[in-house]
Amino acid sequence: MKLQDLARTIEGTILVQQEDADVRVDSAFAADLLSDVLALTEEQTTLVTGMINPQVMRVAEILNITAVIFVRGKTPPATLVEYATRLGIPLLLTKKTMFETCGLMYANGVRPCRSGSVCEMSDR
Amino acid sequence: MQYAVRAGDIDRGGSASAQIKAELSRAGVDAVTARRAGIISFEGEMNLMVYAHDGGTITVTVEADAVTIEVKDLGPGIEDIDLAMTPGYSTAPDWATDLGFGAGMGLINIQKNSDLFEIHSHIGEGTTIISRIDRDGGRKGGSQEGS
Repeated sequence: MKLQDLARTIEGTILVQQEDADVRVDSAFAADLLSDVLALTEEQTTLVTGMINPQVMRVAEILNITAVIFVRGKTPPATLVEYATRLGIPLLLTKKTMFETCGLMYANGVRPCRSGSVCEMSDR
Repeated sequence: MQYAVRAGDIDRGGSASAQIKAELSRAGVDAVTARRAGIISFEGEMNLMVYAHDGGTITVTVEADAVTIEVKDLGPGIEDIDLAMTPGYSTAPDWATDLGFGAGMGLINIQKNSDLFEIHSHIGEGTTIISRIDRDGGRKGGSQEGS
């Protein structure tokens, strides 16, 4: 779905817009644990999180995250917003919980990104 | 490329790795390899930030057929490497888990993204991790997105 449609769906605000207004959100991964985001996502994806520390955007940059949705009304600091603007990674804010945000996204066709699990990693 | 990482520096933690990934992309390294290198470096950088007494260094070497990342510190050293490599095992302090790290996945994620992985550690001397990624379009690590 398009970013604007996603914002409407989750009653969110687009804080950073990408120049390409047609940026799409078709798969997502949701976690506060950035260790899991780093270890388990296996493709480009949108990130749903309640973390607003500087490491979030660095993880997003390294993993080629397509957009970051901050849930539970968490508002990232200005430095994080500037960083995202420089990278061209869209940011969205919503007051909804992570659970509700994900539910609404799923109901509107967004699917889980390809990802692994911790058990698979321990089987290696 | 060599980057110094300071212990406990939350504001800058991860910035060396973001820079490394961007530099590799600029140098023409394919997107899959750059992503894997970024993950390896970031996990190493978090370890330096959280565990190393005096921080450490990340050194990246780019060759025609491989990218090698060396993460080195001078202590405290890992007592039991097998235990440290067990998914979920962690000795991270609360401030690291509050940031969303220290889940006991770092070393195993470095190994998962490496084609060649070496870890050497001695108590009181420090830890060195060497990760090599073959530049063959990402046959390992599960990353398959294009550039």
